[in-house]
Amino acid sequence: MSVDLSSGIGTGTPTSRGASPSPATGEPSRRAARPGAGVRRAVEVVWPKLLAVLLVVALWQAIYASGWKPDYRFASPADTVERLWFVMSGNGPFNFWMGVQNTIMRGIQGFALSLVIGTILGIAVSQWRVLRNAIGAMITGLQTMPSIVWFPFAILLFGLDSSAIYFVVLMGAIPSIANGIINGIDDVPPSYLRAGHMLGARGWRRYRFVVIPAALPAYVAGLSQGWAFAWRGLLAGEIIVSIPEVPALGTQLNQAAVNGQSANLLALMIVVLVIGMLASFVFSSIGQRVRARRGLTGFTAGGG
Amino acid sequence: MSTTTTPRHELAEGSLPARTRAPAVSISEVSKDFGRGPDAVVALHEVDLLVERGEFVCLLGASGCGKSTLLNLVAGLDSPTSGTVDTAGNKIAFMFQEATLFPWLTLGQNVDLALRLTGVPRSARPERVEELLEKVRLGGRGHRRPHELSGGMRQRGALARVLAQDADIVLMDEPFAALDAMTRDAMHDEIEGLWAELGLTVLFVTHNVREAVRLSDRTVLMESGPGRVKEIHAMHDLPRPRHLEDQRVTERAGRLTHLLKAEVARHVR
Ligand SMILES: Nc1ncnc2c1ncn2[C@@H]1O[C@H](COP(=O)(O)OP(=O)(O)OP(=O)(O)O)[C@@H](O)[C@H]1O
Ligand SMILES: [Mg+2]
Repeated sequence: MSVDLSSGIGTGTPTSRGASPSPATGEPSRRAARPGAGVRRAVEVVWPKLLAVLLVVALWQAIYASGWKPDYRFASPADTVERLWFVMSGNGPFNFWMGVQNTIMRGIQGFALSLVIGTILGIAVSQWRVLRNAIGAMITGLQTMPSIVWFPFAILLFGLDSSAIYFVVLMGAIPSIANGIINGIDDVPPSYLRAGHMLGARGWRRYRFVVIPAALPAYVAGLSQGWAFAWRGLLAGEIIVSIPEVPALGTQLNQAAVNGQSANLLALMIVVLVIGMLASFVFSSIGQRVRARRGLTGFTAGGG
Repeated sequence: MSTTTTPRHELAEGSLPARTRAPAVSISEVSKDFGRGPDAVVALHEVDLLVERGEFVCLLGASGCGKSTLLNLVAGLDSPTSGTVDTAGNKIAFMFQEATLFPWLTLGQNVDLALRLTGVPRSARPERVEELLEKVRLGGRGHRRPHELSGGMRQRGALARVLAQDADIVLMDEPFAALDAMTRDAMHDEIEGLWAELGLTVLFVTHNVREAVRLSDRTVLMESGPGRVKEIHAMHDLPRPRHLEDQRVTERAGRLTHLLKAEVARHVR
């Protein structure tokens, strides 16, 4: 799998056309500020998403209604929503909010550690030729490893323990983050380096004032991808490595399946999806902002 | 017109103290090849040039004759294949042919960064930024980002950044090529004023013959394939401030254009 980091951000929102600066003038469009226009834009952005959700629900209901599988294997949308509401209000067979909190905390901790290690690794590899020759290709290669492949190894190393989950999260996120910064540094336009050199940005100042800011868009793209891999690895880990005394989304998913609680299972899946979408929205907004500030949006190759 | 093949060491104003008469830039027998073997390009061949301290020298020549390459060598961004470039420890600022304001900073922050890297204390910087922006007629535009400026405004922003560096030697690579005639005229006055006021040594690349005559103490006419100094034309006999419409300027430009055309024709043939 080869992932184009530069296009990794700002995607997934093909309907955000109205937010882009107008290519004709190069000036940021301030049309949205006009009364009425904001509402129209919001409607424009929301209705395709709403339609997509409705379609999925309709399909779901149709399959359910066909009686293909019994209720405990395949719950109806209505049952699922009811169940979702039920667990979210703190009832249910498990401690839902504790589970959400634990999972998110694990995600944030794992990601934060990956961020530190990935960034240092990335800078080191882009700096030392020897290191690059040694592990540059390996970092790219590691990105192609499905995180689930790490689990047997992690369990062997750490046992059925949180450490095993963190290990897999790290192995998933670090290569993406390191790769993002390596690509970013490699692609810094030489003209900026030359300009920086003439301004006196040498030694560490070269990094502080030229290289790192110039590499920022690719770095943010790497972070975004790193988070996606971390999140996948985390949920896979929680499903495989259930630690009974620590409620977690993955653990609860697993239990719901084992106990034949389809509505619970589907409700939890929706929660996982929503959290993932929120996180990716955060990253894509950061990326969009970084790019817009330096005039990299507007006249783009894509449809958005 | 006085045509010399050896540089003449005289200044427009003879008022500078004697110790400053040492050359600011000495280029001797500099050759620069790109690549090796049959694909090698000889960009410069045995170029000799002395630039006095405080002198305004224009490099004039056809596209591809090695002007940018020469500036890069003087700036120390590249090293010659043979020969030596000596800038006598002077501080050098470079205004590049392409726009190089940093896109992640606003215009004001770009200028501020140059001041900061030059060692200007934080407290003095905001005022100085505004001052420099005023100088290039971009006052009040400091909050804009480079992509929000026109091409000409960006070049002027780059000039403000160059001035912020408080350098002794300023290298300029076709800095005003993107400007309209009116603004360019204003910029000529501006750069000439700054050059005189700050005692700068300027090495200025241009395609524009009139611009060279308008600004320079001496104009170096380069020939291409490989790049060489063909002739050096002193402009000391033209009193400053000169104007593009001055008859003597036009006349001198006419003659230089003639030479340049002959040179381009010789190369094309
Ligand atoms: N990095 C490089 N690698 C190979 N060849 C190069 C390189 N840089 C410049 N050259 C060659 O050296 C010659 C001189 O280039 P240079 O950029 O100095 O020309 P120039 O006089 O500045 O032209 P222009 O007026 O168009 O900017 C050209 O033939 C160019 O192709
Ligand atoms: Mg050039």
